[in-house]
This record gives sequence, structure tokens and C-alpha cells, in this order.
Amino acid sequence: MTDEIKSKDAASGSGGMETTGHVWDGIEELNTPLPRWWLWTLYACIIWAVGYMIVMPAVPFPTSDGWDYTKGLAGYSQRDVVRGEVAKSEASRAIFENRIASADLAEIRNDEDLLAVSLAGGAAAFGDNCAPCHGSGAQGFTGFPNLNDDDWIWGGSLDDIYQTIAHGIRWEEDDDTRYSEMPKFGVDEILEPADISDVVQFVLSLSASEHNAEQAVRGAVVFEDQCSACHGESGQGDRTMGAPNLNDALWLYGGDEAAITQTVTQARYGVMPAWQGRLGDATVKELALYVHALGGGE
Amino acid sequence: MSTSAAGGDGTETPSSLQSSGVPADRKGAPHRIEVDAVNAKAKRSGYAARVKIHPKRVSGRFRSIKWAVMIATLLIYYVTPWLRWTRPGDAPDQAVLIDFQTQRFYFFFIEIWPQEFYYITGLLILAAFGLFLINSVAGRIWCGYMCPQTVWTDLFIYVERFVEGDRNARLRLDKAPLSASKFIKRFIKHAVWLAIAVSTGGAWIFYFADAPTLARELVVLEAPVTAYFSMGIFTFTTYLLGGFAREQVCIYMCPWPRIQGAMFDEDSMAISYRDYRGESRGPHKAGTGWEGRGDCIDCRQCVAACPMGIDIRDGFQLECIQCALCIDACDAIMAKVGRPRGLIDYESEANLERLAKGEPRQSHILRPRTLLYAALIIGVAALMSLTLFTRSTLDANLIRDRNPVFVRLSDGSVRNGFTVRAINKLHETRQLTISITGLEGAIMTRGATHGSPDDLTIVVGPDATKAEKFYVSLPRAALAGTLKGGAANLVFVIQDPVTGQTITEKTSFRGPE
Repeated sequence: MTDEIKSKDAASGSGGMETTGHVWDGIEELNTPLPRWWLWTLYACIIWAVGYMIVMPAVPFPTSDGWDYTKGLAGYSQRDVVRGEVAKSEASRAIFENRIASADLAEIRNDEDLLAVSLAGGAAAFGDNCAPCHGSGAQGFTGFPNLNDDDWIWGGSLDDIYQTIAHGIRWEEDDDTRYSEMPKFGVDEILEPADISDVVQFVLSLSASEHNAEQAVRGAVVFEDQCSACHGESGQGDRTMGAPNLNDALWLYGGDEAAITQTVTQARYGVMPAWQGRLGDATVKELALYVHALGGGE
Repeated sequence: MSTSAAGGDGTETPSSLQSSGVPADRKGAPHRIEVDAVNAKAKRSGYAARVKIHPKRVSGRFRSIKWAVMIATLLIYYVTPWLRWTRPGDAPDQAVLIDFQTQRFYFFFIEIWPQEFYYITGLLILAAFGLFLINSVAGRIWCGYMCPQTVWTDLFIYVERFVEGDRNARLRLDKAPLSASKFIKRFIKHAVWLAIAVSTGGAWIFYFADAPTLARELVVLEAPVTAYFSMGIFTFTTYLLGGFAREQVCIYMCPWPRIQGAMFDEDSMAISYRDYRGESRGPHKAGTGWEGRGDCIDCRQCVAACPMGIDIRDGFQLECIQCALCIDACDAIMAKVGRPRGLIDYESEANLERLAKGEPRQSHILRPRTLLYAALIIGVAALMSLTLFTRSTLDANLIRDRNPVFVRLSDGSVRNGFTVRAINKLHETRQLTISITGLEGAIMTRGATHGSPDDLTIVVGPDATKAEKFYVSLPRAALAGTLKGGAANLVFVIQDPVTGQTITEKTSFRGPE
């Protein structure tokens, strides 16, 4: 057949090849037959497709319980593959998780490999569990501490942070939770409004903020009587009972006159859940190391 | 639909009318005309079977060049993974190695990291422009001499010829009934083909692992499954494409014949038949004169020699890979009949026209197209060499914290966090010092988690990267005077005190507006 269409008539524009008769700008379209093997390739693909549908999961069909699908002879399932991969990665992680669980925090901190694994695990756990309140960058919000800074209400050492995460703050279900309560000086009428106003001016003076000096002098007496037991003589705070340092530049609930007045009047009662039961000891350790490494750890 | 009958051109055939069941008494019925549609199905198939090609052995200057190129390219392919190159430290001593595990590409004295993959891109650009240039000057040199498909097909045809004999012997063998000798010949041929195919696939995987180690593992069946799998795929494709598909690859699968249509012009050299000299063709009897006829004696040696099975005398064709074997075949015949060589030769289309008109030949190698390609090649090559040979063995990336952008500390100062990722391309451990400049009053520290908080260095292992966190803080008193719109310029200096290499990274310090 090739001989039939391939004449040796070189004079013709198409070199003697059979054409479709289509001509554009003097260019003729040849009518070259498709190679036979190309056709076989198509058939082979069709056979492959049919075979694939039989061997692999393929055709969906409705059942009384919803949709199902043909499972295929090979019994392949992407979900099984994923489950296998997850199990494999858990097994490989378990080696580190076990070491982290059995090591104490100082040991982990001094082991480069364990520390790297802990920080990565801690970052993931933080994103899943802590970020809703503390923010994805641990930057905190009003009432929820910024964990990047160097101001720690209950302590910023590794062990302190671990304790806080493990048992929470004012989390009544946990017997070892950190607990303290500030009196509601206004609501419970412990102090007169004028005394509150004076002591607020004194507190403002502690951190060298703008304040009324005359009121502050009177407020110092109130502070001495009512506040210094927890916040210290000079307002330096006491971490053992979670009393914030009032001298520094950082304020969990705001450092202006209105915010401090509100704090003194109705007090604050920040609550954080205990995580040990929920996340397990290894993850709590990882979280402690992660938070400690955010920049403010002591 | 149309029943064809021989010789039908409108003549009435009453007998067939009757046989088709029309009653004889229907005198007024229309007469059936014997005619076929021009595209009647019975006449032609939409598919054509491959016609097996049996290229005839030729010898001559181009065949010699092709042998030399074949030996050179095959040697490069098979031997390269076995070349050794001493490198310091733990680096592999294989001269050319694509190491996926450590993500390195080793090429003799060059070591490329994944982020430097643009060198490979540059090489591909060079290769493409090289092809364009060579194509516009001298046609499909790549296709005819260097393409793996051509080289391996040539090798497979050589084996076929060695085992089964030359063209005529192979044609006879194809037609012969199966006998013991035919079976043995076929068996030997396929066995050798498969051996070549296996070694081709085998050589390929050696580029991706230490060749001597992998070779031993392959033999004792301890190599990774992917090695056997890759080898199997390459074995199969080599055997299929070199033994069977051959010219079908060039005609139907490869895009290059189409692309080069755009690279080719009337001044490009191509394998051409000098029809002005050859026509009119016809058999020539020894001793008779050559007046009034062309030099082509229509011996069809050029067709028999062609691995693509075409007739170069039909003119420039898509199928022609320009391997020049027809030139050798024709030159041998011209020598025999006492005519000058070069009836088929490398010649440009423009020169063919000039020569046909009796004008002298002109060479136009230097023309805008070739000059542009050459300039691009030189430009890209120069740029690549410049960056390759001036690139540093020390690199660093600086990433500033963005969440939060800055942190206010209890003493009222503002702190920014930065991650310094140092990249050490030397094969020895280095200790780098990190310092800051350009920001009055700023203090750099490490977090408490770091073993020694005052240690402002990074120790980065051989041929590795290391990321470390650094904190820069600005005292409360300095804030107002320094920050403009909440930002100030800050420069990190990463230095290797041993080599003196220094990298400066400009960044900004952020604070409250």
C-alpha cells in the first residue's frame, strides 16, 4: 500500500504523496496513514484500563447504606497505605518519644538531637493546643500571656513552665494546679473608691508611668496594707503565688489607669487547663522546651 | 455501501440488476451505475504496518566518522560512572554522581546543591541553543550522529549484521522457513541485544550511586528494588527502541524533527541530491558515454543504505535524520563508474539553486540567525562560568521572625528574633562568628535554651547547613530616637575568622510605631 501512494512523481508539489485535498497558502496536507503499532498501543491501553478496573478499586455504586465501590482483586487501598505510613512514622518517632519521656528536661536540653525533635514536636503541639488562646506565634492577647517575652507570672525556668503546662492554672480538676486568688477590692467593698483611685496612681508610679504624685503618696499606704503581702514591698511580685511584677513595662490586662482600676476593683482570675492528662508527659515536656526556647526562657 | 465491480464506469449491467433481486419486469427502474467513491473504504486502510528496513552496509568517510562518534559516546556513557575523583572528608569519590540521598550533584571539581539547580537549567539552555546553532549551520547533526536513538540503533544494526549478514542475507533469512540455523541466528541476535540493553540500563543507575558498590550489590542481589526497577525499564526501552521501533521513534515519537523546521533555512546545510547533475537518471552501461543524461545510474544504493528507508532523491524530508550514509553509498558508486563524488552531499538549498543555474557556490555560515545563537551561547556560558567560579563556599540566609514581628520585654526594651541559616560548602567543620552593625545601642543575645547564651557563633559541620536563633534587642531609651515609622536598618555580619570570608545580610529591626 505504501508503494501505491508513494509514487515517484517528483514534479507534483506533494512529492507524489496522497493528500487530503486541503491546501492552505499552497501547502498541501498529506494523508499519511497512522502507523499500525499506534493502533496496537491504543488497544493495549484499553486492555490495561479494563484490567486496572478489575484489579484496582474503581467503580462506585450506591447501596442502601450510601456509596460503595468495587474493591478490586489486588485489595489495594490508599487509606491502608496512609495508615501504614502513619504507623511507620509513629514507630520511628516512638524511639525519640520514649527517650523524651524517660529523660528529664535538663538532659533533653543538653542533647542536640532530642532537643531538635522536642522543639519540632512542641511547635506542632503548640499549634494544635495552645495557639487558640496564646496566638499562633505565642504572642498572646489581653489576658493571655505573651510567651516570647521575659515576664513570667509563675516562673520562666524549664521546670516552672513544665509545671504550668502539666497542671494548669486555677484548674480545679487538677490537685497540683497553680492557685492563687486576688481579692475583689471594689466589688467586695474592701477598699473605698477613693483608696482604689489612690492605689492605682501608686501602681502607675511603680513602673514610672504617668501618675498623680499626690494620690500616689496616699496610695503607697494602701499598697503597703493591702497589696504588698503578695506583690511585694516594692511591687516586684511573687512568682510562688502568681502575683505579677508591677514594676515592669508589661501588663497582662493592660497598664493604663482604667485597666488597673478595673483589675483592683473586680480582680482577675485567669484560667489555663492542665494538659498532662490530655497530651501525655512527653508532649508536655516538648511543649515546655518549645515555650522555653521562644526567647524568654530562664 | 458501494459494491465495487471491476471495470465499472457507468455501463449498464442488466445481469447484476437481476441478481440483486429487482424484478425483470420493472422496465422503468433506474439503472445501476458501477462507480466507487474516491475515498471508498475498500481501497485504503487508515493504518499502515511498519515496513521492516534492512540497511545495507556502507563504508566511507561519513561511516568512519559515525563509528568514531559511536565509540566515543558509548564510552562516555558506560565509563563515566566508574571514574574516581578524590574529594575531602566524607564526600563520595565518584567523579560524576547524582546523589539523591544527600541532595548533591557531583561533577569532577564541581559540587552543586539543590538550590543551585539553575546551573543544570543553564546547561539545558546551552544544549538547546547548541542544537539550534548546529541545526541552522549544518542540519540534523545531532539526529544523524549523536542522538542516543541513532547511536544505539546503529549498534543494534551492527549486531544484526554481524550475526545475520548484510541486507540481502537478512532479507533471505526473513523469508526462510524456521530452521535450526535461523533459530540460532535469531537467538544469538536477541541475546546480544538484551545484553546491550541490560548493560545500558545498568550503566544508567551507576550515575545515582557509588558504581563499584552498586555493581557488587546488583550481582549478589542486594541492591535496592528501585535499582532493579530502573534497570528493567531501561533494558526494556533500549531493547524495544533499538531493536524494533528504530526509525519509528524518529518519525512518530520525537518532536525534534518538527521543531527544527523552524531552525532550518535556505542556507542550512542538508543531505541533498544534486538533481541538476543526477537527472535524468537511468541505468548506465559500462563503456558508453555520459552525454545527454544525468550521473544518477538509479542503482538505489542510497535507498538500500538508508536506515530510515527513504529515497533521498525525493528531496528534503521529515524522515531524513541526515546520517550521511547515502553520501558514502553514492560516492562508492560514482568512483566505480568514474564520475566525481558528491552526487548526494551536504549542500544548502540556496546553493542547489545557484548550482542548478550554473552560478558559483556561496557560503553563508555567518548570518543573523547563526550569529544570534552563537551570541546567546557565549552569553549564557560566560554568565554561568562567572557565577560558578566566583561562587562562595560560605553562604547564609537570614530569616526574621514575623509572628510576632517584635516582642516587648519587661524592662521596656524591644526584641526581634532572627534565624541565621549558615551554609558550609567546604568539607570541614567551621565556626562562624555572627555580629550586628548599623543599629546604635542594639544588643545581640541567644535564647536561654542555647547552651551558652553569650556564644555568638554557629558551628556548622562539613558540607552542611545549620540554622540558629539570635535575638536583637533595643533598650527603651534608644527606641524613640532610632525607630522611624517603627523600623530601622540592621546589618548582620556572618564571618569565618579562619578564611576571612564575610557575608553581610541587610534586614530591618521592627518596633512599635
